[in-house]
Amino acid sequence: MSGTFVGMPAFPKAAHDAVRDGTLRANLRHATHTIRAKRAKAVAEVSDWAALREAGKQIKDHTLRHLDEYLVRLEQSVTAAGGTVHWAADAEEANRIVAGLIRATGETEVVKVKSMATQEIGLNEALLAEGIHAYETDLAELIVQLGKDRPSHILVPAIHRNRGEIRDIFRAEMGAWGRPAPEGLTDTPAELAEAARLHLREKFLRAKVGVSGANFMVAETGTLVVVESEGNGRMCLTLPETLISVVGIEKVVPTWRDLEVFLQTLPRSSTAERMNPYTSMWTGTTHTDGPRTFHLVLLDNGRTDTLADEVGRQALRCIRCSACLNVCPVYERAGGHAYGSVYPGPIGAILSPQLRGTQSEIDASLPYASSLCGACYEVCPVAIDIPEVLVHLRERVVEGGPVVREGNKVVLRPAKGHAAERAALRAARWAFSRPGALRAGQRLASRTRRLHPRTLPGPGRAWTGTRELPTVPAEPFRDWWQRTQGGKKEAE
Amino acid sequence: MSGRERILGRVQRALAAVPAGDTPYEQAVSRDYLREHGQRTVAEAVDLLAENLADYRARVHRCSAGELPAVIAGLLAARTSASVLVPPGLDEGWLADTQVTRVADLAESGARELDGVDSVVTACAVAIAETGTLVLDGGPDQGRRRISLVPDHHICVVRVPEQVVSSVPQALGRLDPTRPLTWISGPSATSDIELDRVEGVHGPRTLEVVLVGGPGQEPPGSVAGGG
Amino acid sequence: MRVALFLTCVNDTLYPDTGRAVVKLLTRLGVEVDFPMAQTCCGQAHYNTGYRHQTEPLARHFSDVFGEYEAIVTPSGSCGAMVRELYPRLGERARAEGRGEGLARTLAPVVPKTYELTEFLVDVLGVTDVGAYYPHRVTYHPTCHGLRGLRLGDRPHRLLRAVEGLELVELPGAEECCGFGGTFAVKNSDVSAAMGADKVRAAESTGAQVLCAADNSCLMHIGGTMARLRTGMRPVHIAEILASTKEEPAA
Repeated sequence: MSGTFVGMPAFPKAAHDAVRDGTLRANLRHATHTIRAKRAKAVAEVSDWAALREAGKQIKDHTLRHLDEYLVRLEQSVTAAGGTVHWAADAEEANRIVAGLIRATGETEVVKVKSMATQEIGLNEALLAEGIHAYETDLAELIVQLGKDRPSHILVPAIHRNRGEIRDIFRAEMGAWGRPAPEGLTDTPAELAEAARLHLREKFLRAKVGVSGANFMVAETGTLVVVESEGNGRMCLTLPETLISVVGIEKVVPTWRDLEVFLQTLPRSSTAERMNPYTSMWTGTTHTDGPRTFHLVLLDNGRTDTLADEVGRQALRCIRCSACLNVCPVYERAGGHAYGSVYPGPIGAILSPQLRGTQSEIDASLPYASSLCGACYEVCPVAIDIPEVLVHLRERVVEGGPVVREGNKVVLRPAKGHAAERAALRAARWAFSRPGALRAGQRLASRTRRLHPRTLPGPGRAWTGTRELPTVPAEPFRDWWQRTQGGKKEAE
Repeated sequence: MSGRERILGRVQRALAAVPAGDTPYEQAVSRDYLREHGQRTVAEAVDLLAENLADYRARVHRCSAGELPAVIAGLLAARTSASVLVPPGLDEGWLADTQVTRVADLAESGARELDGVDSVVTACAVAIAETGTLVLDGGPDQGRRRISLVPDHHICVVRVPEQVVSSVPQALGRLDPTRPLTWISGPSATSDIELDRVEGVHGPRTLEVVLVGGPGQEPPGSVAGGG
Repeated sequence: MRVALFLTCVNDTLYPDTGRAVVKLLTRLGVEVDFPMAQTCCGQAHYNTGYRHQTEPLARHFSDVFGEYEAIVTPSGSCGAMVRELYPRLGERARAEGRGEGLARTLAPVVPKTYELTEFLVDVLGVTDVGAYYPHRVTYHPTCHGLRGLRLGDRPHRLLRAVEGLELVELPGAEECCGFGGTFAVKNSDVSAAMGADKVRAAESTGAQVLCAADNSCLMHIGGTMARLRTGMRPVHIAEILASTKEEPAA
């Protein structure tokens, strides 16, 4: 297993293997079904869920509409509180800034809080190229890092691993990274958590530099918020002398008060808890408590391109709760790796093709990685209409058209590989605009029905490989209707 | 062009066609969600806090102010703690009944030294009943963020009912965002193994909450407390 | 009351029995049913596959054909949702593309008067007992467009519970998609088939003889999977159950 997503095959190809992996299917089914029921219960506890969801949506939409103003405001607030703000237009610029800041401290290792933004930009790999070792400290991230694996879930990146696999990874790999796994480690979750505690504690205690993301940034106060469970976040945010936070520009909210919405919706949507065990909030630097130096790196990396799309920009409301992954029947069966991105599942299927563009094979296939069942939209705590955006992105793939890439307007050509489908749907549209032509086709199908094969060649095999075809009736309904005058003459 | 100018320029171009609207932010969001879920008396709020704390595996104890020193001493003894971290402004009286070695969080001491301490006793800034949450704001009776993090055993004292609010919105209204804040809901936990919750990872694996005071006991004015 | 039957292209071509059942049922309930011969397709497959601009002439055609009727009834949750939810969106997008109000105005009249069959029965006709007889053990799959799109809620259950002789059994994981999803079924056939197989196994676990739904597209996929897995269960459209009587029982 490679540690990166470069050169991923299209979604159906990747999913083909995942569907046949019995262990993976069982792991995902167990985990997603466990959390589904709990989330529903946690949400049902609050009677005003719909109002909270609507308020969250409105806060995000308002912020996005005035994003430039709020970013400038945030910069002022953070600076006034003793922090330093940097701006990174893309992954390369962000990695360069972070590497430079770490080099300036003279350190060659950093501890990291789980952060989607730093995964997105490949920070760990970029730092390693500069001789800096980044240690992931979230339990699931640790499992992924030790296993030289790729994350497959937003909240629980090692969701594809069961407890037995985790024990094996800890036993085999911990020694090479630091303190080895305890002798006789079993696969009970409590023992696995204890092994992680022992392994990481020495890293926390000696770390001079911490790297994090943030769940929210408050423009009015300059406050950053990290929501977590294990305490590794608190370790990384408070023990080191220098803290560097890399945060997507869409994570800003206007006011302190806005947190009252998201601190109610995020924990219930993600871990199905009334409140997650630990939330840290810090505003710049504080005399004698925590890091003396704080850097905030604001990351674009495709977000402004997404903002330029009228339908697609709602994806920027996302608060990375992963509720959509947990309810998605496609995610449950294909697994996170098939999405070829640090953002898997329904939100990934609309985020990756917008952040990265639809040029690559995987990104052009992601908008189709959904049956449009709508379960994701229903649970989304900021009401992102994921099916709407999926269909919109399908249109971009098959029709092309104007988009913004790296801040520039470009016109995309229709994607290759859809020519036959395009022709078929155009022909169908032609026939459907002419009832006579439709009827002729139906009659032809009915008259030749005894000649129809039970299995189809070419693309049709995708259906008949696992399902019987319906039998074509002796006459279509419209012929019966006409023959019997709407059933009135049937008895005769 | 700097990254800053580039990003702000891109944002402005992306939004060029979108009407800005002139609704002030205060009116742009309909906040018709509840300020608290259900109506409850002060005593009921304290009961709910205790219930929700316990639900997430915090150990909850209730006592009067007069009983507090004995309760804390008992908790430290039960744990056989040899040392206890003490924030600079903690009420001296809270530890009056215990002989356990006090450790101060000195500016020059590193995290490694704290790692050798068995327990920590702090106060809190506010507690949220609906979510079973304690918020520490770094006040003198709570100390720096690291002291309630590194030791494996945290005893947190909540003065009830005055430090208890019902809901998250009410708590935010009481807090000062310029202070470093830590929200604690139960002991350290993880859902990273098969999306099932397991208590006890990097933060204190044992969280004991002492609810001090309360209706029918001593009047609030007599409850001791630091800043 | 005179209503138009919007049967859908799939039912017209492949499932005429469902159409006949709707006619029989509504006629029995005193509704005068017309089948406008000019009807073709609502454009759902085009829209969902990304061909929004190809969808527009089909939507206009739909509006031309059905615009004059008091009510439009369709035995398909997904096609009903196409008209009700997505036709307004087609109009909005055309407006956003600077093509004016024309499309929105053309499509507006058909949107509020298009009903999925069970909605029409319960909400418009106000009946739940349609006088049906169907002596079989049945489990009901709500389908995504019926459940989360049109929010049919318990309407189908209320109708089924009133059917004489019918034993309704709960489908485990009913709210989960069956994996059809239009072109998804062939574009992502591995995942689609896995979802279909899980749905069929859940249905089988109920001991029902019949899996019932309000959408033949889903039933085509579920039924095709049932046949391949040799379960012995059969898919039946809800209209055929509700149309069934003691005098003329359906299979």
